[in-house]
Amino acid sequence: MAKTGTEVVKRGMAEMQKGGVIMDVVTPEQAKIAEAAGACAVMALERVPSDIRAAGGVARMADPTIVEQVMKAVSIPVMAKCRIGHIVEARVLEAMGVDYIDESEVLTPADDKFHINKREFTVPFVCGARDLGEALRRIAEGASMIRTKGEPGTGNIVEAVKHQRMMQAQIRKVQAMSEDELVAEAKNLGAPYELLLEVHRLGKLPVVNFAAGGVATPADAALMMELGSDGVFVGSGIFKSENPEKFARAIVQATTHYQDYELIAELSKGLGTAMKGIDLNTLRDEERMAVRGW
Amino acid sequence: MKVGVLALQGAFREHERIFSSLGAETVLVKKVEHLDSLDGLVIPGGESTSIGRLLREYHLIEPIRELAADGFPVFGTCAGMIVLAKRIHGGEEPHLSLMDIEVDRNSFGRQRESFEADLDIPEIGEEPFPAVFIRAPHVTEVGEGVTVLARYQDRVVGVREGNLMALSFHPELTDDTRLHQYFLKLIEGRARVAV
Repeated sequence: MAKTGTEVVKRGMAEMQKGGVIMDVVTPEQAKIAEAAGACAVMALERVPSDIRAAGGVARMADPTIVEQVMKAVSIPVMAKCRIGHIVEARVLEAMGVDYIDESEVLTPADDKFHINKREFTVPFVCGARDLGEALRRIAEGASMIRTKGEPGTGNIVEAVKHQRMMQAQIRKVQAMSEDELVAEAKNLGAPYELLLEVHRLGKLPVVNFAAGGVATPADAALMMELGSDGVFVGSGIFKSENPEKFARAIVQATTHYQDYELIAELSKGLGTAMKGIDLNTLRDEERMAVRGW
Repeated sequence: MKVGVLALQGAFREHERIFSSLGAETVLVKKVEHLDSLDGLVIPGGESTSIGRLLREYHLIEPIRELAADGFPVFGTCAGMIVLAKRIHGGEEPHLSLMDIEVDRNSFGRQRESFEADLDIPEIGEEPFPAVFIRAPHVTEVGEGVTVLARYQDRVVGVREGNLMALSFHPELTDDTRLHQYFLKLIEGRARVAV
C-alpha cells in the first residue's frame, strides 16, 4: 500500500529544504554546529571543496565512516556526494541510508559521457547546472533538485550569480514563448520538450532550485535568494571562516530574511574574516569544476 | 479571511498557493509584526530544528502561544506538528509547546523510507486522502481533549485539539484541498463564536 521512492516523495523532500541552508561538514562536531545554527541539512564530506582544490589528485566519495558518524550525530537530513556517473558510489550511499545524493562536479567525474540514471534509485538526487538546458537534462535523468554549479571552493560568488541569472533569464524567455516555438527551443537548449513545456506552464523549474558554489558571507546568501534561488548550499564558506558558529547562524538568518537589509547589516557585524577566496582569473581551465558534466 | 503562513524555512509557498486557490488571503509570517490581524496560522513542513531555531531568534514563540491560548487556530504539517507538540520523544526541547501530544521525529525512518499512502479521514469525507510522508513524525501519545483525525496502520498521524490541528504528512504537496478547507472551517467556527 505504501509507495516509497516516488517522484512526489523525492521532489517533496527537496521542497522541505526550501528557504534553508545546507552546510558542508567533515566531522560530526561540525555537523552539530551546523544543526544548532539552524541548517536544514548537512553535506557529509571528507574534505570541503577548497581543500579538495588544494589537495589535487582524484577526489572520490567520502569514507563511509565519516558519513555514518555525521548521520549518527544529527537529526536533520544528511546528504553526501558521489562522482558524476559513478553508479556504485551512489548505490553505496543509498544503502547506507543517506537522505540525498549530490552527483557532484566537485569530485572527479567517473564517466565522461553519462550521468547516473537517477530514476532507478529510491534515494533522491541533487545535481549542479549552469543553465536551463543542463538543469532539464539532469531532471530528465531523475534529479529531484537542482543547484547552480558556481565555482566550488573559491568563496567567489560570481559564477553562481552567472548561473542563476542565466537560468532565470532562460525560464522567463521560455515562459513568454508560444507553444509552437518550444520544440525549436528544446533543440537549442538540448532539453527534453516535455520538461520545457512544464517550465513554460509553471514559470519555474519543476523541482527545487538552490544556489551553490562560492557563497562565503550572509550577504552572498541573501544575494542568491534575491536572484530567485529557493535556498543555499554553503561549502567551504562556514568552516573555513574565522568563526564558524557565527557565520553559520548569520547565513541561516540572512537566507530567511534576505530582503531585510538592516538585519543583514547587523548579522554581518563582527563576524571575523570570511574564507580567503580565489580570484577566478587566477584559476587555470583544468582547475575549474563547473565545466565538469554536460 | 486572512491566513498567516510561517515563512522561516520550508514549504510555505505550497500552503500559500492552496489557501489562495480557496479564496483566503495569505500573509507570510517572518517576524512578530506579521502576526497582526491574522485569523489563523499555518506552520509548514521543513526542518523542525531550523524552524525552532528561527522562532526563538525572532521572538515569535510567546506571541504565537498567547494568540493560541486565546483560541486562535493554528495548523501544523510535519515539522509543524513537531513545533506544536508539548513533548518530543527523546527529550528534545519542545518549541511552541501548545498541543497535548508527544511526537517521535523521523519515526518512519530516513528519506529512503519516505512514502505515499491513502488514508481514511472520516472528518473530511469517505474518499481516502492521498498522504505524502517525508521523514515524517508520528504521535506517540495523545492527551485528553485531543481527537485523532487520522491513523496510518496503528500510528496516529493526524490530531486536533480545539483550535489546533497537526498532521504528520504534507497535504500541501497534493491537489486535494480538503484538509485546508477543514482548517478554514475551524477559523470560520471561531469567528462565529466571537460574534
